[in-house]
Amino acid sequence: MKKLMMTFGGICLVIVALLGLQWGLTASRNQQSSGKDTLTFYNWGDYIDPSILTDFTKETGYKVNYQTFDSNEAMYTKIQQGGTNFDLAVPSDYMVAKLKDAGLLAKLDKKQLTGMNNLNPQFLNQSFDRGNQYSIPYFWGTLGILYNKKEVNGSELTNWSALWSAKYRNQVLLVDSARDILGMTLISQGKSVNDQNVADLAAAQGKLSSLMPNVKAIVGDELKLYMAQGEGSLAVTYSGEAKNAMERNPDLAYTVPEDGSNLWLDNLVIPKSAEHKQAAYALMNYLNRPDVAAKNAQYIGYATANKAAYERLPKSVQNDKAFYPKQSVLDRLQVYQNFDQHWTQLYNDAFLEFKLGKS
Amino acid sequence: MNSTKKRFTEAYLGVYGLWLLAFVVAPLLLLLIQSLNVPGQGLSLANYRDFFTSGPYLAMTVNSIWYAFLITVITLGISYPLALCLTKLKHRQFWLLLVILPTWINLLLKTYAFIGLLGKDGLLNQSIEAMGFGSQQLLFTNGAFLLVAAYIELPFMVLPIYNALLDIDPLLPAASRDLGASSFQTLKKIIWPLSMPGVKTGVQTVFIPSLSLFMITRLIGGNKVITLGTAIEEHFLVTQNWSFGSTIGVVLIIAMALTMALTTDRKKKKRRQRK
Repeated sequence: MKKLMMTFGGICLVIVALLGLQWGLTASRNQQSSGKDTLTFYNWGDYIDPSILTDFTKETGYKVNYQTFDSNEAMYTKIQQGGTNFDLAVPSDYMVAKLKDAGLLAKLDKKQLTGMNNLNPQFLNQSFDRGNQYSIPYFWGTLGILYNKKEVNGSELTNWSALWSAKYRNQVLLVDSARDILGMTLISQGKSVNDQNVADLAAAQGKLSSLMPNVKAIVGDELKLYMAQGEGSLAVTYSGEAKNAMERNPDLAYTVPEDGSNLWLDNLVIPKSAEHKQAAYALMNYLNRPDVAAKNAQYIGYATANKAAYERLPKSVQNDKAFYPKQSVLDRLQVYQNFDQHWTQLYNDAFLEFKLGKS
Repeated sequence: MNSTKKRFTEAYLGVYGLWLLAFVVAPLLLLLIQSLNVPGQGLSLANYRDFFTSGPYLAMTVNSIWYAFLITVITLGISYPLALCLTKLKHRQFWLLLVILPTWINLLLKTYAFIGLLGKDGLLNQSIEAMGFGSQQLLFTNGAFLLVAAYIELPFMVLPIYNALLDIDPLLPAASRDLGASSFQTLKKIIWPLSMPGVKTGVQTVFIPSLSLFMITRLIGGNKVITLGTAIEEHFLVTQNWSFGSTIGVVLIIAMALTMALTTDRKKKKRRQRK
């Protein structure tokens, strides 16, 4: 029994020692980051030109602690739990609404923002944040069709229904996302990506099921890898992913069907728990500067929401209709609204049934 | 001496008990509670009712069991002869090491390696073309999924069988041969029944994780093979309906417990008949 107590005591000691060590480490890190002039920037991986951050520190004296996340949901959980105080974060459209509804965002003080008129009004005042009270747009993109020019004639891809063509049998890759795939089906039927009508959803599921013979696989991030390797001739995916695949394989091209699509927007927001709002505003304003935004856009390759920056980009980029679609297409793009649990579930169940129909 | 030993056992059991409590029993209970705690309804069996009345989920359950069964059969078919050969070899530790070696590599990396092998312009297709046949669709087929899953599970089947075979007293097969049994009869009547505990362990260590595979179903199967693992992933990451995700988890655990109980019973009966 004595031995048991001793073992137990030993374990307790180790636990206390480890906790102490962790506490010490966190404290010392917090001391570093809670310095008045250090802000914590919570962003997607590789989603800013690193030299911009160095220049920003040189110019303003604020240091930047850059931390990354890999999904909107992961970011939401971390901001909600509040272990670290993030000063600036980059959620996508529907997540801005979700964060806002959960009371996790600080209202932007418009007096402290500069360069707002550099932004393209097209991307302001969106349904997820009317009047841009909590967010300003960073980069934007679309959902579209990535295709291999050797196998597919791009001019035939003017609408989503082209994917259903019998000649693409077993050649289409789909991104594994209920919202996107049902969304594009709904658009092909003349409905909205935010449709909340059970009959419409059932009709979309029915139409989607008839796409099955053409579907080769339903995959995640690895889609760009498969397309670059030539596993599929066509893929439904996001413009950012398409860009990445096209850099790996010059035979690939990207297009947005003219009957419309989803428009996604990543936005800068200041969480309520931010401790260095001054610094956060400074970085926001810095990123809004046309020269900085243009440099950033060149580095990342996504479409910038900054109009003044767009005008500074090389003509070849400006005229790239795949990433800066013409106005008539732009007018038909729809932003996702944040669904409640019930509708998220219904969309996912419909998508699951579609996937099951395959095996 | 004896009492020190006893004390040591007690201490060990105490620590182990605590470990089990914290990392096995508590999480399982939390999972069960989570599955019964339906948002907006409090404690209710609604999730279970939804699960067992939903066509898609039942289809996925059948799928999961069917594919896990196939993977187990394939691995057993390869592993038993392999283990038998290994016990006969001179440098068996070395050969065994070669079988175990792949488990040192991360599962995801191995899966990605298979993407390269099975791809449209992959090594396998290049060889097929070199032999004068047309390029085949290998990736995103059920066959590819079974191949990769079986490859990954193989060491977990080989090891217990190998150990069970080594434990067999070499005099027993020798006696069987002396008494006039053929090699096949010796294998069937002596070696196979005596290695049964190893086979049983192997079947369980392969079948149970195979029930909830999900990364391979997407990467290699292209989501053409849908199992309950896929559904759990979706409920935790996309719809964030942890309650229903937990329900599927509990159903899987029950299915695993059932298979364990069933396999054990059947084998006991068989042994009794032989006696």
